[in-house]
Amino acid sequence: MSNIDLNKIWNYTTANESKDHILLKEKYDLFINGKFVKSNSRKYFNSVNPATDEIIAKISEANKEDIDLAVKAANSAFKSWSKLKAKERAKYIFRIARMIQERAKEFAVIESMDGGKPIRESRDIDIPLAANHFFYYAGWADKLEYAFPNTSLEPIGVAGQIIPWNFPLLMAAWKIAPAIACGNTVVLKPAETTSLTALKLAEIIQESGLPKGVVNIVTGGGKTGSEIVNHPNIDKIAFTGSTKVGKLIKRSIAGTHKKLTLELGGKGANIIFADAAIDQAVEGIINAIFFNQGHVCCAGSRLFVQESISEIVIEKLKERMSSLIIGDPLDKNTDIGAINSKEQLATIKKYINIGMEEGGEIYQKKCIISETGNWCPPTLFLNVSQSHTIVQEEIFGPVLAIQTFRTIDEVIEKANNTPYGLSAGVWTEKGSKIFKLTKELNAGVVWANTYNKFDPTSPFGGVKESGIGREGGLHGLKAYLKFK
Amino acid sequence: MARINVLKTYKNFIGGKFPRTESGRYFQIKNGNDELLANMCLSSRKDFRNAVVFARKVQKSWQNKSSLNRGQVLYRVAEMLEGRKSQFIEELMMTGLSKLHAKNEVELSIDRLIYYAGWSDKFQQVFSSVYPVASNHFNFSLLQSVGVVSVISPNEYSLLGMISVIAPIIVGGNTCVILSSEKNPMVGISFAEVLNTSDVPAGVVNILTGKRKELLSHFASHKDVNAIIYCGDNNQEIKEIQHLSSENLKRVKIYKHKNWDHNSSQSPFFIETCQELKTIWHPNKV
Repeated sequence: MSNIDLNKIWNYTTANESKDHILLKEKYDLFINGKFVKSNSRKYFNSVNPATDEIIAKISEANKEDIDLAVKAANSAFKSWSKLKAKERAKYIFRIARMIQERAKEFAVIESMDGGKPIRESRDIDIPLAANHFFYYAGWADKLEYAFPNTSLEPIGVAGQIIPWNFPLLMAAWKIAPAIACGNTVVLKPAETTSLTALKLAEIIQESGLPKGVVNIVTGGGKTGSEIVNHPNIDKIAFTGSTKVGKLIKRSIAGTHKKLTLELGGKGANIIFADAAIDQAVEGIINAIFFNQGHVCCAGSRLFVQESISEIVIEKLKERMSSLIIGDPLDKNTDIGAINSKEQLATIKKYINIGMEEGGEIYQKKCIISETGNWCPPTLFLNVSQSHTIVQEEIFGPVLAIQTFRTIDEVIEKANNTPYGLSAGVWTEKGSKIFKLTKELNAGVVWANTYNKFDPTSPFGGVKESGIGREGGLHGLKAYLKFK
Repeated sequence: MARINVLKTYKNFIGGKFPRTESGRYFQIKNGNDELLANMCLSSRKDFRNAVVFARKVQKSWQNKSSLNRGQVLYRVAEMLEGRKSQFIEELMMTGLSKLHAKNEVELSIDRLIYYAGWSDKFQQVFSSVYPVASNHFNFSLLQSVGVVSVISPNEYSLLGMISVIAPIIVGGNTCVILSSEKNPMVGISFAEVLNTSDVPAGVVNILTGKRKELLSHFASHKDVNAIIYCGDNNQEIKEIQHLSSENLKRVKIYKHKNWDHNSSQSPFFIETCQELKTIWHPNKV
């Protein structure tokens, strides 16, 4: 103790979350009709830890036949599941919520290993929110007549659900919980790079005693997904992912009876006024863009700073970026983990190059980056305008494009000038300004003096090309009910 | 030689503890064969007033817990009751219920707790509103708990009746002081043991045993109680409550129905009845 030098900057000692307690199989098969079964394709693909490039498990690739089996199972389960007394249906879903809570730590560690997100985020956000979603929608099962009074409701049937890799378990919860609470059955496909927590969830579902076939989890890539989308006996498609694929899905099911909800991309405007509490806003801007390595559809990837404070805000942003810790996702000190896949890293790099080629001024945090794994330092672009590619297109990485503005009307105009409309942020201490902006911004979610907040009770979703429908809250039930 | 059973002493449940009545008095509960089942506390005005102090003290912090948290606590109560199902079935049978009826009552009680656990983070969404006022304002309203509620629990369905009344009260952030069923007060006190092992903060629910005739006027007149719920159909008693509650304009809710086993005995309106509406205005023009 005596040789501590109080005049030096202290570094954090690593505080790694232990991996000893997690249970992972070498190979994962498909979860169909309450059992883990081998794929008819007999093919497996690797699930890779994006921080180390290590293969952590082999995942089965579902083909057309497998999807057909899963849909058959879901279809036959629907007959009894939809008739089961609602309060008994609820009890199964409550059980799933409880069992996720009980195994939360294991799920958090696997989520971070498989997807690259910091353990602090998977432990404090992804996993507890996933459990809460099941808890929340379990409660709705026997209360639907209060959500939509004076209507005659029934479940839709079999829901085909396709989810992304940025919040693997949480997105599974967002999809499965409301669907089965309303009496539907499900065929869910997690993203190719992050199947593990969905398959662990399948274990819980099996242990919970949920009737077989109510939830089926099939793994694979885009091709597997399209088999779900195009299967004739699926009654509803719920998709979260890119706007490009969302449009493709909408086209594919045109003319069929299938219902559709889409949760797509975004280019969130984060607007900071001169009268904002600046330090708090800077913290919020950092969280808005660097949370989950920027792999967030609602990320605040366009920053609009009122001109009079732009210098100080940019200076403070750079200063705050200098203290962000990039590294091992399992280290509890880590702020920014690994980029989810090599492909995504290439996409981000492509955009960074475009940004520079088009004349943007780049600033990156200096950091030592490991040779293995996929990493991208937090990045700012200055001197960009509305016409720049990196201002218009979704990058899905830790890259922030900064513009300035003078008046409210100007910033509303700029913020709304995008095909997207998922989210926006407003930073000001003046309440009337907040409500003026929340009224005028074209976005499904607007955060005021906060950002990236999610709760099962609160609806989330986009306008324009950011999607159709809402997830969460009472409104999230609507996607899974038929109104006669 | 046969083992001799140990008999349980039934006491009050106040502030998370099980004290005897300060009055030192008792009344007897007997079964159909006139055999003694238990000596119950004959609670006094002082016991009630003590309980209100605890209920008031914890009310703010209970109200300020997240809805999610209150829902989880209620769910926990249901889990604990499920684990003690056989105890409660036996206790209800001691007082004359058939096994079938006792089992049904206990199971419905558990389901009712889960029903209200589910409402914890939903009733606000059902009852609150945003209003399209003509001026440049963002105008909305929300529900807030009324505060401390005194409860004259139903005489019928000593367990299910009590749970049906208190679950919607506490899930909405209120605290309460309850007079257990006069006919069968034992099971109410046993339920306190469940509450006491389920993360319900001390003082959120307080349960007394005693006589309606003695306590009714205090339940209705206490100035630090915000609302009273009366279960029964004695018009004399109802009039007395309505009269005495005028002093501090206590909210009064009378439940005359007795079919607590019926689905109509559960709805979000049981929660809403112990809530106040708050309307908020904020300019939205710069």
